[in-house]
Amino acid sequence: MNDWSQALGGFKPLPAIGETQTGNRALQIEEPLLFEKDSPGRSGVDLPEPPPHTSRLGNAARTAPIGLPGLSEPQVVRHFTRLSQKNYSIDSGLYPLGSCTMKHNPRLNEKMARLPGFADLHPLQPISTVQGALELIDTLAHWLKALTGMPAVAMSPAAGAHGELCGLLAIHAALDARGETRHRILVPESAHGTNPATAAACGYAVEAIPANGSGRVDLDALQAALDTDVAAFMLTNPNTCGLFENDIIAIAEAVHAVGAYFYCDGANFNAIVGRVRPADLGVDAMHINLHKTFSTPHGGGGPGSGPVVLGGALAPYAPLPWVVHGTEGFGLLEQAAGPAAQALGRLKGNHGQMGMFVRALAYIMSHGSDGLRQVSGDAVLNANYLLAELSVELTPSFPGPCMHEALFDDGFLKGTGVTTLDFAKALIDEGYHPMTMYFPLVVHGALLIEPTETESKQELDRFIAVVTALARRAKTGDAAEWFRGAPYLTPRRRLDETAAARKPVLRWLPVVAAADAAG
Amino acid sequence: MTDLRFTTDHEWVRRDGDIAVVGITDYAQSCLGDVVYVELPSVGATVEKGGAAATVESVKAASEVYAPLDGEVVAVNDLLAGEPGHVNADPTGEGWFFKLKLSDPGQVDALMDEAAYKTLVESLA
Repeated sequence: MNDWSQALGGFKPLPAIGETQTGNRALQIEEPLLFEKDSPGRSGVDLPEPPPHTSRLGNAARTAPIGLPGLSEPQVVRHFTRLSQKNYSIDSGLYPLGSCTMKHNPRLNEKMARLPGFADLHPLQPISTVQGALELIDTLAHWLKALTGMPAVAMSPAAGAHGELCGLLAIHAALDARGETRHRILVPESAHGTNPATAAACGYAVEAIPANGSGRVDLDALQAALDTDVAAFMLTNPNTCGLFENDIIAIAEAVHAVGAYFYCDGANFNAIVGRVRPADLGVDAMHINLHKTFSTPHGGGGPGSGPVVLGGALAPYAPLPWVVHGTEGFGLLEQAAGPAAQALGRLKGNHGQMGMFVRALAYIMSHGSDGLRQVSGDAVLNANYLLAELSVELTPSFPGPCMHEALFDDGFLKGTGVTTLDFAKALIDEGYHPMTMYFPLVVHGALLIEPTETESKQELDRFIAVVTALARRAKTGDAAEWFRGAPYLTPRRRLDETAAARKPVLRWLPVVAAADAAG
Repeated sequence: MTDLRFTTDHEWVRRDGDIAVVGITDYAQSCLGDVVYVELPSVGATVEKGGAAATVESVKAASEVYAPLDGEVVAVNDLLAGEPGHVNADPTGEGWFFKLKLSDPGQVDALMDEAAYKTLVESLA
């Protein structure tokens, strides 16, 4: 037998149409892990022998191989390029994930973030050499305070949930200073999961407040639950049903009447930025997801950034460091002393997510106040267009208008045998990332769609046509099996989520070692 | 007719003297989907009717399981730690959650019987 036919493992009979010898499907190439591609001895670099030396490692010197795979440079380049081609991102299409605000990341932001004066800084450089970076943090802080009407902002929290932690720690410190110990935090049923999780992590008992028939906080239930043992009420506005909490002023008054604080989850700030100042709604603290509202990349593990704006009562507890104006330009307060005597300690190394600060400020300044007002207007208009058009075939959970996202339940799938999950999987074959499913929990089989201001009417129309066609197909009554098999055109088909959760494989092991471990 | 009693939060109770076995109903497991994790109370813990006693997590969501009656937890179903799928496969049998020593066995009488629970579930469908 020739060498080349051995290499192919011997020819199989001609594969059926749609099947291939290699398992590849045209540009969709099967991609093993780098460790599975290991060819011992291959290397992308040619390091010189170390000069003669006497090792001082003693017993600590490694004797066994470290287990890195042998790979050439083109192998590594192809591996990561192929993986990137399997990815779905906002740069490849509409990303309708509700409650995530997946908007376009302007290339101008990226250009600014790559300026050597920002990109090449070290956080521990002498203050006199990073005046521009500190001025940028200060300018961004000024914008965030102006857009929210709040007197102070803590810049260092690394993402939304970290911002919640910062806000609740500040509330705890403020209560402590008042000589009070309170034990409960109230959250609406529709809250992001991070809200009760943060409250519990801070040691509070969490109590859920039900929604009323219109998908908003039941004010009577809130008032009944409020007493002087409540430290804070946490609310997202607009809420996760995509609805503005109309009673928010009454809510804030009721919360303040018992001496509690009003924390706002700012994840949905994109719906109201430039139009409503949270301070005017009675909010005491709110995190701002720079990576949502102000277009810094997220999803797929991109870094978040969650500065927290604070009202007067909570401002003294903003975590260190503080950027301040001094006699010789900008400075940093890094000790809990002087004006920062009551500050929480550090919540994060260094000064925060600097690269995200640069992008967010570039976004804000390139839009300006009027542009940001248009951002929220267009985002809400797009969501309402989707809500109106999709309501023909889907079942909206609440009557419109909505804010920045449109919420449907699975009522339109009733009796079809098709579930929300099947429907979302079918959307993948059509070239779209699915919408958020089964959240918020207050709605049965939820489908939550957030188009953001990024999408044009043409793009929305195309998406609407696809979702409408899928809904009609589901309703034909004999499509359940087809839906259950979706997606058909992806590198991997329907993944076994149950097995993944029940028996997660968290670490790759070489085949031999895995066999030993099992034995 | 079975000897099970039910709560409006979709828990079932099987009483034997002052001991009650508690789990979630078939309807509850079908709404949750595949259960992937169950967090049970500690043996010896005191629970109050209506208070959160356990957490059940599926591929869709995590939900609280409420104590249907007042009492002390005297046993938990350790089987669920390794095989939470019992909750789906046999919710009123192998999929039980915990056993309570009841402080007031009479509380059971206030719970729904099977016919009443069936009516409730039908009204939700």
